[in-house]
Amino acid sequence: MIALSDYLIFGAVLFMISMAGIFLNRKNVIVLLMSIELLLLAVNTNLVAFSHYLNDVTGQIFVFFILTVAAAEAAIGLAIIVLVFRNRKSINVDDLGSLKG
Amino acid sequence: MTFEQFIFYLLATIATIAGLMMISVKNPVKAALWLVLAFISTAGIWIMAQAEFLGLVLILVYVGAVMVLFLFVVMMLDINMAILKEGFTRYLPLGAMAAVAIFALMYMVIGPEHFGLEVTGSPVVHPANYSNTEAIAIPLYTTHAYAFVLAAVLLLLGIVAAIALTLRRRPTTEVRYQDVDKQVKTLAADRFRMVKMETVIEKDIVSKEEDDK
Repeated sequence: MIALSDYLIFGAVLFMISMAGIFLNRKNVIVLLMSIELLLLAVNTNLVAFSHYLNDVTGQIFVFFILTVAAAEAAIGLAIIVLVFRNRKSINVDDLGSLKG
Repeated sequence: MTFEQFIFYLLATIATIAGLMMISVKNPVKAALWLVLAFISTAGIWIMAQAEFLGLVLILVYVGAVMVLFLFVVMMLDINMAILKEGFTRYLPLGAMAAVAIFALMYMVIGPEHFGLEVTGSPVVHPANYSNTEAIAIPLYTTHAYAFVLAAVLLLLGIVAAIALTLRRRPTTEVRYQDVDKQVKTLAADRFRMVKMETVIEKDIVSKEEDDK
């Protein structure tokens, strides 16, 4: 039998990896977006595990909506990346500092 | 270790290794493919947690649509990979430290002493004819119907935003556009002129040849 803590630790490991990915790949916007996708996946794993152990399907409905939002977010994010590349011929994060933030 | 646990740990190991490879490989195409592997093994774990519908949706929507979109974009852009990996080793100690610290904090909360089997009890095991899709669909279309409609609007917004952002109107000196308004409004009189001419009657071919001789 798999304990709930196993699912939660697996989600935490995925979360940790993708957070480290955001730290390490600070130059590459595409890998940053992929890390965000993995982050959402880790959170969704937690929701699925809790839904399974509490025998309540609401958690899975949450996951359903998070997947919807994540798909829309990925599409818009990639559109923005294409636009940035078309204007600046680069997706290096350091080259995108024109807002001086 | 039971067979179920073996499968779970196998899938979890594959997903973890795939995640680590995704954040460390140089080539974004390879990173996307490693992420696909992580998604597929996580979908297996979701199916083990009796979320069959979501596991399959993860494979269909994420692996089938979102990751293919990623691959399209990666291949469309001309990326200088050497520059993109600069600073990887510089941030490695900090990133690894922050990640391990957060994991340690999380482990204190979600570890086996709080969420182990003896604390939570065994989950309900559904029979083979139990339909997870139906169990999701009934509350989705009743209790959460409003949120469902909002999700549809959100997807429409995503379509409109992505198209509006990437639509590029090139100047008419470069490309010729079709102006449907003008085409519809055009009358025959605008582009067709009747010309009155004197009729000229030519001789037939036989008499013409005789003349030439």
